[in-house]
Amino acid sequence: MPNPPAAKGLKPDYVVRRTRELVTPEGVTLHLRLASAGSRAGAFTIDALIMLVTLIALTVGSIMLLGSIGHASAPLMIWLLGFFLLRNFYFTLFESGTRAATPGKRALKLRVVARDGGRLTGGAILARNLMREVEVFLPLIFLITAQAQGFSNRWLSLIGLGWTAIFVFMPLFNRDRLRAGDLIAGTWVVENERPKIAPDLLAANDRDATDAYAFTPGELEIYGQFEIQRLEDVLHRNDPDTLITVAGVIRRKIGRSDEGGNWNHDRAFLEAYYAATRLHLERRLLFGQRKRDKFDSAG
Amino acid sequence: MSTATPAFGVRHFRAEREADWQRLEALLDLVEKKSPKRLTNEDLVELPRLYRATLSALSIARETSLDASMTAYLESLSTRAYFILYGCREPLWRQIGGFFTHGWPAAVRGIFGETLLIAALFFASGLAGYFLVVSDPAWFNALVPGEMANGRDMNATADFLRKSIYDAPEKDGLEIFATVLFTHNSQVSIMAFALGFAFAVPTFFLIASNGVLLGAMYAAFMSKGLGFGFTGWLLIHGSTELLAILLAGAAGLHIGRAVAFPGQRTRMAAAGEAGRRGALVMIGVVIMLLVAGLLEGFARQLITDDFARYAIAATMFAIWTVYFSIANRHA
Repeated sequence: MPNPPAAKGLKPDYVVRRTRELVTPEGVTLHLRLASAGSRAGAFTIDALIMLVTLIALTVGSIMLLGSIGHASAPLMIWLLGFFLLRNFYFTLFESGTRAATPGKRALKLRVVARDGGRLTGGAILARNLMREVEVFLPLIFLITAQAQGFSNRWLSLIGLGWTAIFVFMPLFNRDRLRAGDLIAGTWVVENERPKIAPDLLAANDRDATDAYAFTPGELEIYGQFEIQRLEDVLHRNDPDTLITVAGVIRRKIGRSDEGGNWNHDRAFLEAYYAATRLHLERRLLFGQRKRDKFDSAG
Repeated sequence: MSTATPAFGVRHFRAEREADWQRLEALLDLVEKKSPKRLTNEDLVELPRLYRATLSALSIARETSLDASMTAYLESLSTRAYFILYGCREPLWRQIGGFFTHGWPAAVRGIFGETLLIAALFFASGLAGYFLVVSDPAWFNALVPGEMANGRDMNATADFLRKSIYDAPEKDGLEIFATVLFTHNSQVSIMAFALGFAFAVPTFFLIASNGVLLGAMYAAFMSKGLGFGFTGWLLIHGSTELLAILLAGAAGLHIGRAVAFPGQRTRMAAAGEAGRRGALVMIGVVIMLLVAGLLEGFARQLITDDFARYAIAATMFAIWTVYFSIANRHA
């Protein structure tokens, strides 16, 4: 029997393609999910806006200082050095922190890690961010000169812009979504999501109530891991319409009559069926038989 | 009947361990949101133990449990703890100390070959610029942009040129001058470094064009017999600044070389190693350019004696070379 979902595992394709394995020194494999190009761009946009706002504040502050002391040298120096630090060290400063992420990356739940899973050194953070000079500022310079210059120089600038586009769009052209900076620093950007642990459905389950349904082994054999974990989601979400629909589908599938329409009954039925099936499947898991989904006859 | 259910272990697996996981999560939150310094001694002992317990719970859960929410939670918790424990960094002040005692000089020694090559290219293009202008003074205007020459061209009088290198500036504003020089030079150097990624071709171009420019300026001053004075005027900050620019070019070339010719390593590994080393050199370059900016903005304008200028130039050069070549050799 053909079973494509089992062959691919339990996760959708686009998730598998972005997942990388990291084996800890203890020998356990952890899965890291690389940030998508979209969230990288989003994070950068937030950071660019923060930089822009900071620059405006710096400029306004310098002008106000100039107005109050009437001497140009101090405000000008503050502005020049502030702009220099902002341009070159904004990203480095934030990524050097414990969370290894700029405000933009934090907002989109991303962080920088070393590709080999080891220590993220100061040199690596510097290298990946100094590279922004050709990825961000060089195209910007070409763009501005293309606006300002005459005809012949404008074409030259546009060619330059095209050339720098190679660096700008580099993350789109490799599997690991590496920027030029990531490439020379040996880093990559991964998702940093913190899923909360949901309440234990088995602990809340009343065993006598489950036994009252008296599910037969045949009824518990219908579904596999994939379906039972979707059922777990449904129970956690606890949406009445979905519960009623799912309860109806399962009753039909296992050949029980539909008592349906009543949300409380359906919830109780699903809880009991979930508990019974999960315990059944987990018991088989202990014997080394994993039934991946309803198509999996091997388990 | 319910006692007959043989799933006792599985049911209690989570209840027995959940307190540990919550404790680990609280510790990780503390480290990430506040600071690792907030951890007490007990916490420091606990953290690795909790990490290993969670990791082993993850292994067991993957093989025995179908609770997807729990497995996802354990994996995320283990990953966070892994990066805190294995990715931990030294405190900032010790990183800075390490940079000056061994990181920087070692990085510079690591790109010695590239530095020589870039220096050779720089001086060769300097000579080319010089001889081009000597052979035909019309080249000068082609090589040196008007705003940069600022009247100091082949038609300038010896008197005008002498003034340009010995006279104190009319206006005060040396500190702004120094700041502008520092930020501008640093930006160009960082650009030269970053462009190294494009197989170092733009880096070569940037270094060569600077060399030609310098050679052409030399031709203008030499033709009026001011070569000695011009060298002093240039080198008082130039021994630091030119060295910094050569190092920036060499760091760029180092990356370009690793990307183009990775050797025995994979291209990624070679590029990563070269990039991290180059970045350390670049922080050093920014520091050197800060020194050079101060020398150029203040010392050069205030010290007009040729020999004093030469002495400062030689001292700075000696400091850099000795520092780079012998600092912490055996670490």
